[in-house]
Amino acid sequence: MDRTLTASELIRRPTHPIYRRLGDRVFQVVVVTLGLSIIALALLLAEVLLVEGWEPLRRFGFFGFLTGTTWDPVRGVFGTWPFIVGTLITAVASLALSFLPAIGVAIFSAEYAPRWLASIIDTIVDLLAAVPSVVVGIWGIFVLVPLMQNHVYLPVYYWAFENAPGLLPVLGPPAGYNLVTATIVLALMIVPYTTALARDAIRLVPRSQREAARALGATRWEVMRMAVLPYARGAIVAGAILSFGRAIGETMAVAMLIGNSNTLPFTFFGPAATMPSVIVNEFREAVEDLHLASLMTVGFYLFLISLTVNLIAAWLQRKLAVGGRAL
Amino acid sequence: MAVTAPAAPGTLGRLATVTPENLRRRYRRDRLMIGLLVVATTVVLVPLLIIVWYVVSNGISAVLTADFYTQDLGSPARALQGRPTGLGHTILGTMVVDGLALLIAVPIGVGAGIMLSEYPDHPLNPVLRILNDTLNGMPAILKGLLAFSLIVKPMGTFSGFSGAVALAFVMLPILARATEGVLRIIPWSIREAGLALGLPRWRVVLNTVLPAARVGVVTGILIAFARAAGEAAPLLFTSFGNNFFSSTPLRYLMGPVDTLPARLYSLAISPYKEWHAMGWGAGVILLVLVIVTFVGTRIVTRARHTTDL
Amino acid sequence: MRKMFTMIAATLLATATIASAQQVELLGAGATFPAPLVTSMADEYRDVTDGRVTVNYQSIGSGGGIRQFTEQTVMFGMSEAFLNDDQLAAIAEAGGGIAFNLPITLGDVVVTYNLPGVETGLVFDGDTIAEIFLGNITTWADPQIAALNPDVRLPPLPITVVHRSDGSGTTNVFTNYLTKVSPAWNERVGFATSVNWPTGIGGNGNEGVAGVVQNTPGAIGYNSAVYAVLNDIAYGYVVNKSGNVIEPSLEATSLAADVPLPADTRILVTDTEAPEGYPIAGFAWMLMYENLDANNAISTRTEAEELLKFIVWAITDGQDLAEPLAFSRIPAAVLQLNFDMIRQMKWQGEDLGAQVLAAAGY
Repeated sequence: MDRTLTASELIRRPTHPIYRRLGDRVFQVVVVTLGLSIIALALLLAEVLLVEGWEPLRRFGFFGFLTGTTWDPVRGVFGTWPFIVGTLITAVASLALSFLPAIGVAIFSAEYAPRWLASIIDTIVDLLAAVPSVVVGIWGIFVLVPLMQNHVYLPVYYWAFENAPGLLPVLGPPAGYNLVTATIVLALMIVPYTTALARDAIRLVPRSQREAARALGATRWEVMRMAVLPYARGAIVAGAILSFGRAIGETMAVAMLIGNSNTLPFTFFGPAATMPSVIVNEFREAVEDLHLASLMTVGFYLFLISLTVNLIAAWLQRKLAVGGRAL
Repeated sequence: MAVTAPAAPGTLGRLATVTPENLRRRYRRDRLMIGLLVVATTVVLVPLLIIVWYVVSNGISAVLTADFYTQDLGSPARALQGRPTGLGHTILGTMVVDGLALLIAVPIGVGAGIMLSEYPDHPLNPVLRILNDTLNGMPAILKGLLAFSLIVKPMGTFSGFSGAVALAFVMLPILARATEGVLRIIPWSIREAGLALGLPRWRVVLNTVLPAARVGVVTGILIAFARAAGEAAPLLFTSFGNNFFSSTPLRYLMGPVDTLPARLYSLAISPYKEWHAMGWGAGVILLVLVIVTFVGTRIVTRARHTTDL
Repeated sequence: MRKMFTMIAATLLATATIASAQQVELLGAGATFPAPLVTSMADEYRDVTDGRVTVNYQSIGSGGGIRQFTEQTVMFGMSEAFLNDDQLAAIAEAGGGIAFNLPITLGDVVVTYNLPGVETGLVFDGDTIAEIFLGNITTWADPQIAALNPDVRLPPLPITVVHRSDGSGTTNVFTNYLTKVSPAWNERVGFATSVNWPTGIGGNGNEGVAGVVQNTPGAIGYNSAVYAVLNDIAYGYVVNKSGNVIEPSLEATSLAADVPLPADTRILVTDTEAPEGYPIAGFAWMLMYENLDANNAISTRTEAEELLKFIVWAITDGQDLAEPLAFSRIPAAVLQLNFDMIRQMKWQGEDLGAQVLAAAGY
């Protein structure tokens, strides 16, 4: 490509002041308007949730609704605590379950695997991140649930029935649709996401870091642990928190597999519910205005939680990046 | 054969004294870690591949029939009695809704991305970034509720259009994030070069920055598309569903239409084995859609590498 | 991408040329239980009208049916719970005028269970079912169950109660029955499309409950009979008000509705007085406005007329589809009540309902 020719052509373009000034002005206005429309959308979402969910807030109070443990459409008493508990348990457990393997895949693909293998792994991971929730859900219903039911839940339950009856209240009735199933599926769904974020963070670590450590005689693992991981720490943790956010908002697969019980306490093998799952299950069926409004309120709390998680991730990213200036 | 490395302060200190025994332990640990990493990779990838394999093996028989693409679903009695039934209307509806969602979301999402990267000093950028990420993290069902309140209620009817808007809400934050990311990689020197030549800023962005980042922007669009195409939750109360082909093209926009993820959900929780089989089939089509999109991004990225070199 | 849009445009164009101008699409939504019947009717009706009229029915649940009907996003709703006085008042207030409930089929709810070695036919009475679902009877070896089933060897398994986690018309019928037969249930729980269950685990949808019952030895749940039959789950017989043990069947269900009905058909026929009637049964109602033009979802007279024609067909000729699909026909008395309600339906003051009925020969 002949760069000089391109440049001179550009110079010869007419640069009438109106064309410049007005053009820039219009462009900025258009671009900022488009940007603002996303801000507007987010605020509109919060507003719609708040307005349509106002009645329960007025009736039970902000903290009353938050900590209310009863969800009873017949008596018209609503509280979102069981769903918050369910959401946090599944999200934390699935992150705990998936974090180390995800980091493992990221390290393997970024540092160890030969290039051809790494590119295969990366492609699969990216692909799996996009497998639709409902597709995982249908697999969960027809494959995972019967499998876990026959080979884990029932045997464990029968074992506990005979040997450790004290465990039974903790285990709960062995239905296939439960917290454990939902957590496993959630972990599977966020693993590619955590992996991709961690992998990118590790790849961004400057080569000089690795070379320095290797020059000191470090083994490959020591290079990872002492030079690469500390450098990428901020981005990895922020990525994990973003995955946590994904787990909180994951809807369809969880709704199809968690069993949906509104009553605390939740047990391992018993059904539970999360905030998105209760919305998807009951929104279609809510007849009473207060019931529907309460679902909107649950959505509003979900918005607040999601906002908090993202604020924390952004803050962590900034704070932890200082040491390594990664990202 | 003891090798003595220079003693380094801090974390690298433990490398300081190298004895044969110490070295052997360190290399054993290195091999152990490689083993663990391979195990982790297997543990993560195998179950996910199993999911894909199950979907394909269960859905392949449904997908290989011509009826699947040419017939509409109708009633479960059709499937039970072996009369022709399929998801042709669903595939058509998905194309309309997804396509329209792209048309709505791409200009806005890319525009917002430009704002974030090209006007980095804009006072609203931190707010935009946080709200955009929050929006991205919000469950898609809430975006469906928003589209229901904004479009379905005023229009008085469920419609493919409202479904497209709901999906556009899903795509927007992903697009904005991705666009910002790729535009930022473009060095500032390129922009400065353009500005130094006396080009107005908007020409620099449109003629220099965007073309340079074209591949990344297209990748972002494809990723946003793949994410949104699999969403069922926002469509339950917007595009709603339909068991038949719509009678006129306009009704795909203005009337209720079927979409693959939403139909898959209702087929999966139905009590009919024949419908379960079609549900798996819908899963295969969705997977193919995602895979084709991804192969698309790979081809696009590869094209960039070759031109770069 | 461009190619894809061209393809869409081409397909749309192709559909446009096939579609003629007089085609009508009718939109309804609601209860899950009658969905197989209504969609089959839609299939058949499209053939009857040579493809001119398409009825799009989406099963979103009874609650959803009532709500979308009230929001006027659908031409007709469908529900296993009739519109109550508050809802009727709200509809009238919103400018919809009077709303009708037209029974289109009957459904029964069966008590499903999973007991190794015990087949279909375990006998329950109302009080026993209520005590089980209240969590007061916790084992299958309970004397109250044994007394009803002297010949059955009941395994000493703990009872796992399974109920719907989503709201449901099936729940409405089931809990309404329990409310009628058990004062304790009436006091503690009551009836609605979704209730605060004292015990047990939730399954999503009829399918979810069926699945959990199938997978859990010792489980007891409740399902629309169609689902129990389709999934091959054991279900119980129930002692009705007259003291007879009734096996759920199409006939016993029809008989349950063979009781004096109010003109607006707003009655739950649970705990029926009919001596051979199955006690946990109920109508699925089609919800319609008296003034069809008051419903925003109906925009033209043609749509209103075609909707009425479809409904008249559905409650007469369309009923032939019911029994092969394991649904009950509506009794003759109900058909007459439906005719009376349809006769009152108007389009901008014009007695369209009566015209359509007369044209159909009724």
